[in-house]
Amino acid sequence: MAVSENSGTIPETPPAWLSILKMLWRDKFALCAAVFLTVIVLCAIFGPMFLEDQAMRNNLRGRNAPPFDFSKDWKFWLGGDALGRPLLARIIVAAQNTMMVAAGAVLFSMAIGTGLGLIAGYTSKLGSQIIMRLADVIMSFPSLLLAVIVLYMLSPSVTNLIIVLAITRIPVYLRTTRAEVLEIRERMFVQAAQVMGASTWRIVFRHILPVVFPTLVTIATLDFAFVMLAESSLSFLGIGIQPPEITWGLMVAQGRPYLTNAWWLSFMPGLAIILTTLSLNLLSNWMRTALDPVQRWRLEIARKKK
Amino acid sequence: MKSFLGQRAIASAISLVALIVLVFFLSRLTGDPTTLYLPVDASLESREQFRKLHGLNDPLIVQFGRYVGDLIRLDFGESIRRSEPALDAVLRAFVWTLQLAVITMALVTAAAIVLGSLAAFKVGGLFDRIATFFSLIGASAPDFWIAIVAIVIFSVNLGWVPTSGTGSVWHWILPISVLFIRPFGLILQIVRGSMITALSSAYVKTARAKGVRNRPIIFVHALRNAMLPVITVIGDQAAALLNGAVVVETVFGFPGVGKLMIDSILQRDFTVVLAAIFVTAVAIFLMNILIDILYAVLDPRIRY
Repeated sequence: MAVSENSGTIPETPPAWLSILKMLWRDKFALCAAVFLTVIVLCAIFGPMFLEDQAMRNNLRGRNAPPFDFSKDWKFWLGGDALGRPLLARIIVAAQNTMMVAAGAVLFSMAIGTGLGLIAGYTSKLGSQIIMRLADVIMSFPSLLLAVIVLYMLSPSVTNLIIVLAITRIPVYLRTTRAEVLEIRERMFVQAAQVMGASTWRIVFRHILPVVFPTLVTIATLDFAFVMLAESSLSFLGIGIQPPEITWGLMVAQGRPYLTNAWWLSFMPGLAIILTTLSLNLLSNWMRTALDPVQRWRLEIARKKK
Repeated sequence: MKSFLGQRAIASAISLVALIVLVFFLSRLTGDPTTLYLPVDASLESREQFRKLHGLNDPLIVQFGRYVGDLIRLDFGESIRRSEPALDAVLRAFVWTLQLAVITMALVTAAAIVLGSLAAFKVGGLFDRIATFFSLIGASAPDFWIAIVAIVIFSVNLGWVPTSGTGSVWHWILPISVLFIRPFGLILQIVRGSMITALSSAYVKTARAKGVRNRPIIFVHALRNAMLPVITVIGDQAAALLNGAVVVETVFGFPGVGKLMIDSILQRDFTVVLAAIFVTAVAIFLMNILIDILYAVLDPRIRY
């Protein structure tokens, strides 16, 4: 134990983000996942700006061009699709719609679910009962089928897709939040705040919410993967995003007729989906430990072993 | 116990009513079946007659009243497309889906419990890391993608199994394997997590100290206590299979209730959509109640 023998001063505690980065660096799986997700997010934000034109430009000589032909332009490294459009560029552009729907749905359902969960957990029994029954009703719906009906009724656009997916995911956050609030409200610091005359508003948002929040973020990461898969399934069935807009799920569907002679049309976008959801799952696993003060030592202790 | 079952039944009935109301009005909003079933140049009179035949020309609220009246006598109405009672078509398809779901879930449960327990027994060991890695991939993979990749590899290139349809045992292999993957990954993760907690508990240490062997410790002492969260997830996944096998059924041309539902929505065959949703929802409610009873059986501390 070489604790700063050369100086008598206590070193300043490093800022929180630095210690989080250090923890991330130590778990190589989570690190790869985080790096991959950053790349995907950058693609989603900047991809369409630069590549929209190329991703939509037909090129009949490059129809179903095979992948891994590195003599060509980099955009054709994953091959070309049925109209000769560069597959890699299309995957990058499609990332935007895919990410936008998933992020929108997760943020929506998390905000509403958490809000209702806080109300259900902290207020009267009657309000709580009504909210919980509502959650039961949503939970018992065959969600994918309901999405099909609603999307068939409304026109399938990004906004409608977000709304439909968000509604089906609300109960997840609602139940978690309520369960945690029921436990936390009995703790000493909440009672102390009540005794000292803090308003309900302040107790809920300053004292209870920060304790629940890490759990919610972990669930949201996992849910992001789930929503992405749901959106892909809907787009695959032809009731999600409509062409000429593209998402990864739709690209898999579009490649389906060419499966036997150009497998990469479906395979590559599917690979993008699987890698993204896998990264989200890995990151969520890591966060479960990293954001939990009781479990965090497992990640911090690893440094001292070396 | 009885009052608990009664409460659950009432809560389920309320949910069911909400579901019926919602789906009834939502499905009517998807459009007019006459535009789909009659030729473009059909006369106004014949359109009117078609609507009258299927009871579609009354105001929505009258139609709904009539529907509920019939429903109380368990009459789900005639299918517009198939000219047979809607319930018959749905039940026939539901049997297919039920078989698929039951076989898949039985395999998933057995495999996930055994492998998950073994992985938890030596955390961080080679087997644990392999199992965790593959179960994570399984939980992340989109089933429609696995389905078509599997068709290309096993049906088209290798020619081992048929691409779609039903008929022989061989037709079942691909759909079941594809449906197997995601729930297996998820449940294995849960089994592993909950077994790690159970294996570090005091009663397992006591059993060890008494000299009980490894196998009884894992499968008798720890597993029973680790099963509660696992059963919740198994229930969720089974429900997801009952209503969410849509994609896999569509890809493999499997005549299950999911495919029937998608087809009926696209064909605006409202009675079949409603009957299908009703039957699936009832099945899911029954399963949820079964799971609650299982809780009490596994953990004597839980009493209703």
